Amino acid sequence: MTVAAASVVDSTPRPGLAERFDRHAGRFMVLPAVIVLLCFAIFPLIISAYLSLSRFALAPGGFTLKFVGLLNFRKLLTGSQQYHLLGKFMPFSPFAWALVTVTALVILYVLGRYLFSGRATVFGTIGRLITAALLMAIALLFAATTFSGGVPGTMVTTLIYVIAGVSAQFLLGLGIALLCAQAIRGRNFFRVLFFVPLMVTPVGIAYTFRMLADMQKGPFAPIVQAFHVGEWSWATEAWSARLMVMVGDTWQWTPFMFIVLLAAIENQPRDQVEAARIDGANGLQIFRDITWPAIAPVAATIVLIRLIEAFKIIDLPNVLTGGGPGLATESMTLHSFIAWRTQDLGGSAAVGYMLLFVSTIVCVSFFNFVVRPARRLES
Amino acid sequence: MITKRMLAGVSALCLLGSMGVAQAAGEFDGVTVNVITQTGAIQEPLQRRAPDFEKLTGAKINVIAVPFSDLYQKVLTDWASGTNSVDVAVFAPQWMVDYIAGGYLEDLTARVENDPAIEQEDVGAFFRDFSEKYDGKVYMKTFDGDFHMMYYRKDLLEEAGLEVPKTWDDYLAVAKALHGKDMNGDGTPDFGSCIGKKRNAQSYWFVTDVVGSMTQSKGTSQGTFFNTADMTPMVDNEAFRKGLEFLKESTQYGPPDELNLDVADTRPLFASGRCALNLDWGDVGTISIDPVNSKVIGKWGAAIMPGSTQVLDWETGKLVDCDADTCPYAIDGVNHAPFAAFGGWGGGINAASDDKVKDAAFAFLSYMTQPAQSNQDVTVGATGFNPYRTSQLSYSELWKNAGMSEEEADNYLGAINASMSSPNMILDLRIPQNQRYQQVVLDEAISRFLAGEIDADATVAVVSEGWEELTDEIGRDDQLAIYKATIGAN
Repeated sequence: MTVAAASVVDSTPRPGLAERFDRHAGRFMVLPAVIVLLCFAIFPLIISAYLSLSRFALAPGGFTLKFVGLLNFRKLLTGSQQYHLLGKFMPFSPFAWALVTVTALVILYVLGRYLFSGRATVFGTIGRLITAALLMAIALLFAATTFSGGVPGTMVTTLIYVIAGVSAQFLLGLGIALLCAQAIRGRNFFRVLFFVPLMVTPVGIAYTFRMLADMQKGPFAPIVQAFHVGEWSWATEAWSARLMVMVGDTWQWTPFMFIVLLAAIENQPRDQVEAARIDGANGLQIFRDITWPAIAPVAATIVLIRLIEAFKIIDLPNVLTGGGPGLATESMTLHSFIAWRTQDLGGSAAVGYMLLFVSTIVCVSFFNFVVRPARRLES
Repeated sequence: MITKRMLAGVSALCLLGSMGVAQAAGEFDGVTVNVITQTGAIQEPLQRRAPDFEKLTGAKINVIAVPFSDLYQKVLTDWASGTNSVDVAVFAPQWMVDYIAGGYLEDLTARVENDPAIEQEDVGAFFRDFSEKYDGKVYMKTFDGDFHMMYYRKDLLEEAGLEVPKTWDDYLAVAKALHGKDMNGDGTPDFGSCIGKKRNAQSYWFVTDVVGSMTQSKGTSQGTFFNTADMTPMVDNEAFRKGLEFLKESTQYGPPDELNLDVADTRPLFASGRCALNLDWGDVGTISIDPVNSKVIGKWGAAIMPGSTQVLDWETGKLVDCDADTCPYAIDGVNHAPFAAFGGWGGGINAASDDKVKDAAFAFLSYMTQPAQSNQDVTVGATGFNPYRTSQLSYSELWKNAGMSEEEADNYLGAINASMSSPNMILDLRIPQNQRYQQVVLDEAISRFLAGEIDADATVAVVSEGWEELTDEIGRDDQLAIYKATIGAN
């Protein structure tokens, strides 16, 4: 049997070069993209991982990198830079206790329901535990800083930009898209007009907003002075400064939501909409039962794209306020950038990795628990 | 027509004659020199004069401008990574120590000695012997003289019967008295004090102005940043806390968005007549005589930075009254410690550039600093260059042509002279990684304090612990030795 098998193998003609090329054509085609990805994404990721465990110093003719283990991470999480990344903690207020308790109960309920559903898998459980741990950590962070009179660090500020900013952009984008999907005069003009902010570079937007929001010389200064509020400035209050950053970010990114949602709305099944109208359904019912199920997968996907992008916000706070007043408007990317430009490359890389951990868990969780169910909803 | 051509020829000959031996027509044909500096002021004169230099020598000067806060790292990254796309950096002398540690800066000692056109002996002693040098060698050619000074509205003070502030307490009293008055006749209330306090900008130097006048009273070599015995930060004391109080109180008399204003914002505010008092470098003087933009021509004055009648006892950390022993350099009982903040912009050359490029680069640095160019540039506010040559520090045709009256010039140049000649002048921090001490730890802590995120005690703790951590990380003994060497301490 073995001999016979061997003779069969021997009798098979060896494939020629062209045939072998054909057989591996897929790999060859993908290779350039893999090389580019390795050079510009994976290698820098590995090098920055090493940097985050090192201390950079200048030396004659170049520089040195001394391995310091997890020192840079310890400084950020429990050491001298804790206030910067995580914030200044205060004892929990009653509201903070309520927030933490409610979050914990919701997490336990969702986890329990999954575990006793009979569909639980090992990987599914691990994924849910990671998501639950991050959610609980975020709730604790907000409870100990924002909701207890403490001072939020750059992580909380970034999460505020992400959660509040992306929510506002989505709701505004959806609203404008629904309006522009109506048969109104000049709707093409409005479509182009609403899309313009997306074309402008973020730094340009930041400088424009800085000029617009100037309380002394800006175009709205006479109005502000006419209302006798010239003695107040948004730039000196933490929340008003954060709000101004979010207004600029929302102005820039709402068009992205708008244009994609408009395309999704225009692709919803027309016959169903018309049939519903004939049956006497009102606008809200049509939106809830036809439009929303049709656009949900697209909506979830663009929110995911914006989430990834929103975690990297830097231009607006950098130009508008330089991260101030205090640390109020500093995002994690700006935090990393400031450390980088003063030679603290290890600290900068460590902040970058903290951002990577948080944004990856948030985005993967969002994909698993929002985008996938939305796609199932459509199907 | 012929007369015009002759005049043009004569002026061109004069210009060539005034240039150094290294700068002959066409000598650098085909050579490109990449120069990096900050956006705006400082970029302006380099960019404006580059075409003239190209016509004279053939060298193309390519000026790259980046925001001030990015400049240090842009240069460092380019040179440390071996990219070497930058041939000349026009930067702060403070950063020199880090660039020299990596061996990136060219030693210019011999070139400066062999270039009579620079007229090096005319350069102010502080810039010639301190700003331009490190360890006895020249690494930078100064274009700009930098000292912090106080500016005031002479007309408003006279009208209100107030004296020019001599101490920080006087400053606050005058600012409070004048705050809210209409100072430029536009019908809107204006501000008692304007100080740039924006984070991640150039505001952190103003802390040292106030604190330094209380910590340093026994001469420049005493220092103000660290205890020269063991490199302990001079922060956990009454002087630093009083400095913080001053900053907080002065904010009450400033523009509502003062915490988001850099010096680039407060300068036009002063020139437009909206501030009674202002702290800044010498730029405000030349901006204030600009006939197009200034509304305070003939109405402003300048003075040495205010001081204190109490100074710090380094042993106890408490403030004590000035007397002959505690304040040997006091004027009328007030200890002044004028701060040579920044130390003046200057150009250094990348040691890794090609020899021909280095020659052209030095010729450009020489051209910019020669009196024919420098004498014009230091009188124009938009350049960002302030007087640094001895000949520029007295009233002459130079200032008359710039539109400054003799009284204004005496006042303005007198303030610079008084600061430069003070035996108790504060030298800026020039130890390795001084950026992290000042632009990160100090700047961030002050910004948090002014924003109300932390109180004075917490600010003291943050700065003190942050500086100690950096010193331990970089090496306490090395940092101490360099700190002592840079201020001339024993």
